[in-house]
Amino acid sequence: MTTTVERPVASAPAPRPRRTPGVGVGAGALNLLNGTFLLVWGLLTTLPLLWAMVSSFKTNREFLTDPWALPDVARFENFSRAWTVANIGQYFVNSIIVVAISVPLTMLLGAMAAYVLSRYEFPGNRVIYFAFVGGLIFPVFLALVPLFFVVRNLGTVPVIGEFLGLNSFLSLALVYVAFSMPFTVFFLTAFFRTQPTSIAEAAIVDGCSHFGLFFRVMLPMAKPGLISVGLFNVLGHWNQYVLPVVLMNEPDRKVLAQGLAALAISQGYRGDWTALFAGLVIALLPVLIVYILFQKQVQAGLTAGVLK
Amino acid sequence: MAQRVARGRVSKPGPALQHGKYLFIVVFLLFPVGIYGLFTVSPYLQAIWISLTDWTGLTGTQTFIGVENYVKLFEDDQFMVALKNNAILLVVVPAVTVLLGLFFASMLNVGRRGKSGVQGVRGSGVYKIVYFFPQVLSVAIVGVLFKYVFAPTEAGGILNGLLRGIGLDSLAKPWLGDPDFAFWCVIFVMVWAFVGFYVVLFSAAMQSIPKEIYEAALLDGANRFTTFRHVTLPLVWDTVQVGWVYMAIQSMDAFAFVHIMLGIDGGPSRAGDVLGVAMYRTAFNDYRFGQASAIGVVLLVVTLTVAVLFLRLARRERVEFS
Repeated sequence: MTTTVERPVASAPAPRPRRTPGVGVGAGALNLLNGTFLLVWGLLTTLPLLWAMVSSFKTNREFLTDPWALPDVARFENFSRAWTVANIGQYFVNSIIVVAISVPLTMLLGAMAAYVLSRYEFPGNRVIYFAFVGGLIFPVFLALVPLFFVVRNLGTVPVIGEFLGLNSFLSLALVYVAFSMPFTVFFLTAFFRTQPTSIAEAAIVDGCSHFGLFFRVMLPMAKPGLISVGLFNVLGHWNQYVLPVVLMNEPDRKVLAQGLAALAISQGYRGDWTALFAGLVIALLPVLIVYILFQKQVQAGLTAGVLK
Repeated sequence: MAQRVARGRVSKPGPALQHGKYLFIVVFLLFPVGIYGLFTVSPYLQAIWISLTDWTGLTGTQTFIGVENYVKLFEDDQFMVALKNNAILLVVVPAVTVLLGLFFASMLNVGRRGKSGVQGVRGSGVYKIVYFFPQVLSVAIVGVLFKYVFAPTEAGGILNGLLRGIGLDSLAKPWLGDPDFAFWCVIFVMVWAFVGFYVVLFSAAMQSIPKEIYEAALLDGANRFTTFRHVTLPLVWDTVQVGWVYMAIQSMDAFAFVHIMLGIDGGPSRAGDVLGVAMYRTAFNDYRFGQASAIGVVLLVVTLTVAVLFLRLARRERVEFS
């Protein structure tokens, strides 16, 4: 499929005493070898995922005795067992709630900060910018202990404490927002800087306020940048592991990644592997489908961080 | 006006923009800076202070004890195991990932030499999609999946099943239960998860190299290796460099992989321990917050050193082409 058979170079003049190195008999063999390497890595990437998908339709007995065979009957009950008994449904909903709060908020606040930092001169501008960007290099682990207590103590503050604290989706979302600020601000600041000033000034002359300018002119203009960084944040927040492990310890408050990992331990002991694999498929299929549909944008969004 | 458009720095707004400026700035920065300060900056600063105290879940008070936590750390064999493993991660994971990434990317983009000059192999579009799969999955999914790939046969481990299937029974072993192999399995999974990202990253860089350069190299009779060494590599060197630093920093955070695949103790005999897991265990299992924060500070220092060193050492003249 991937190997290529070399044809002689059409433009080359009739047989020469020596072949152009790299094009010719040896090249065909090399192309074949390269094709093999690529194929092997492709299989290495897809087979574990396929194995998980096939296993999710099996009985536990089939899973153990014949790992590579297809199941006799597709056991959809594995999925309902994973969804209800193993609580994957709850985790799934929890993840959606958290990401639905955290991503729009990250984008809004990140864009606001980036816009002001890139477009307005004021004392302290550089200090704030570097405080944000410096966060890129700090390992999240360093913050874990104090963060746990900051969030726990917020839960004891009157009035707002009811919505915050440990095991609160809002708290977790706000923590995601905070930890996404460095990259979002860094990326969007660079983006806003490339936007022409003339349009902004024209809008102001036309009687647009600073707020109107941002929401009605600059934000729509920044759409490509917002999409890249937004995809980056959606995947990052959806897949986050260490923060929920520290901040969400009640069983029905776990998010998907965390719940799945906990399930791998408990379900493994119980010997119900196929429900676990069904849970795994429930978790990976939506992301994989979104990725395949929008693969160009997702790849661009995820690699943009390194390239900028 | 026209020159201002292209300028990349903070541009001085005209007089019209000065009106009501400061109120606007304050309103716009209030929430981003507030949330960032509360949940990110303040915990980092507190952590540095906590690392200098004897704070545990039992004492409940934070008494300043200087660098005692750090002294204790470096006398602790388990910490040294974790530190050594982080050093292995730092060297092995970026090296293998970046090399594989470069190799596959060059195959996919300029790997084929034929009638129409140099181009990517057939099916390269499909490979670029497939290789990226692990990158979009959560580390938790990848970790759980490979926990079962490496599991003993009686728990459905597919790798052992495969080895037995092709008659290599002697190689089958409880991979994650063996102190000699557990950590290397984690490294394998990390490379597995990250290679696709670098294939895509380097592909983007290679796509922007003008094809004429390859045609010239081909006419000059340069073989594949020479072409790669003297054409492709110098022209994507910037990206390789940045990618390497990025991977080095990412590889320091093996927490989710180790926590899920090997457990909170870092596997059999704690042989697969890493700094992140050691820190988490010290803090949330043993409630030794001072000690845990000291591990966090060590992790920060290592990360900073790596970033600075790599950027300094790897700097080379940028190759321009237009």
